[in-house]
Amino acid sequence: MSDIANIKLSNAQIAWRAAQDIEDGSYVNLGIGFPEMVARYQVAGRKAIYHTENGILDFGPAPAPGQEDWDLINAGKKAVTLNPGAAFFHHADSFAMVRGGHLDVAILGAFEVAENGDLANWSVGKSGVPAVGGAMDLVHGAKRVAVITDHVTKTGAPKLVERCSLPLTGVGCVTRVYTSLAVVDIEGGRFVLREKLAAISLGDLQAVTGATLNLDGPVADLIVPEL
Amino acid sequence: MDKTIGDVAAAVADIPDGASVMIGGFGGSGAPIELIHALIDRGPRDLTVINNNAGNGRIGIAAMIDAGMVRKIICSFPKSKDPRAFTEAYLAGRIELELVPQGTLAERIRAGGAGIPAFYTPTSFGTELAAGKPTAEFDGRGYVQERWLKADYALVKAEIADRHGNLVYRKAGRNFGPLMCMAAATTIVQATRIVEPGAIDPEHVVTPGLFVDRVVAVPHARQEEDLNIEGAVYA
Repeated sequence: MSDIANIKLSNAQIAWRAAQDIEDGSYVNLGIGFPEMVARYQVAGRKAIYHTENGILDFGPAPAPGQEDWDLINAGKKAVTLNPGAAFFHHADSFAMVRGGHLDVAILGAFEVAENGDLANWSVGKSGVPAVGGAMDLVHGAKRVAVITDHVTKTGAPKLVERCSLPLTGVGCVTRVYTSLAVVDIEGGRFVLREKLAAISLGDLQAVTGATLNLDGPVADLIVPEL
Repeated sequence: MDKTIGDVAAAVADIPDGASVMIGGFGGSGAPIELIHALIDRGPRDLTVINNNAGNGRIGIAAMIDAGMVRKIICSFPKSKDPRAFTEAYLAGRIELELVPQGTLAERIRAGGAGIPAFYTPTSFGTELAAGKPTAEFDGRGYVQERWLKADYALVKAEIADRHGNLVYRKAGRNFGPLMCMAAATTIVQATRIVEPGAIDPEHVVTPGLFVDRVVAVPHARQEEDLNIEGAVYA
């Protein structure tokens, strides 16, 4: 079996691959943390407008150090800037954009994704302080809800599973998963493999996946630049 | 009509023990720090606080918790860069937490202000945060019933207020402000500038003055983030 630690994509490369599927003119929400990286790899010539839950459409990258305006932050409470054409709105309007189906794409992180589209990404169990933020809202309403994630956990356990074992964020909500090894769609309650790294065999990929990877037509090579 | 009041101490002087208090802001953005600190000076106890978060550092809502004023917090994300105040109180069982998804929190407050006692949302359907709540299916999809949220008081930060209470906010500091103004029995606003009626273009009013009861000028309002960078402690 190939050593997946040596061949797997970096987080930047996973983010790059997810960015290739964001079409020109899309309204997009990127979850806090790793998903925010997708904005760096927006395809040249395409304009996506980014939404943040705390009430901004069309925010831009972080300002230069010392130029922060703490009334101008994103959902991760990091300072951002505005692009020409930006808009402010209150929280109920912001989540109307989310739940009302007005966003084209939401990209989130995951602890586990199940073949039925269930997502667990907000809680690892009972201990400590629980916090949900906007995660349970974001999984509903965007036309496409995609996940970016390592294919396995730090201890090597599959993150793509038959059924989530951790507390759910939403049921049947995820439509595509970009991992460090593959691109997998969720269709009709099953995983459908679309792309995989050429360096890993189908059998080895299946061995680190917790549910059946179905084939529906050819599987393309997952090709990502060095970043 | 003049809703202005002399200072922040007078603005919060009647908030009693046991009150429910909505506090605007998302993290530090839009947080009415001076009103919160005036409330700490007054020191009512047994409060229920409604905010997106649960304080950061040793100032603002965190300082309210440290002062032992808060019995319960209703929020979506009780974590921050420096969450000691809430975390310690929560793990010691001194504070009750009602965890609400962020969009549901916003809509519950909006519903409270709009006279809608309950509504159905897809958010949290099938999750542990929907436990015990009524559910229903509409057009083949599952939804959770959520109740309105109202409060005795709201503390909100605006950029400009006129004497009638018409408000304009500053950038993303708007967040929960317009909703909380609607949902509280008594809404108290700190504004960086107070202007005469007519000075705000009616086309630009974000919160109509009808939703506002008291306005107090705080011309040099501090940002929670800046105070935390300075290591400020309010006690």
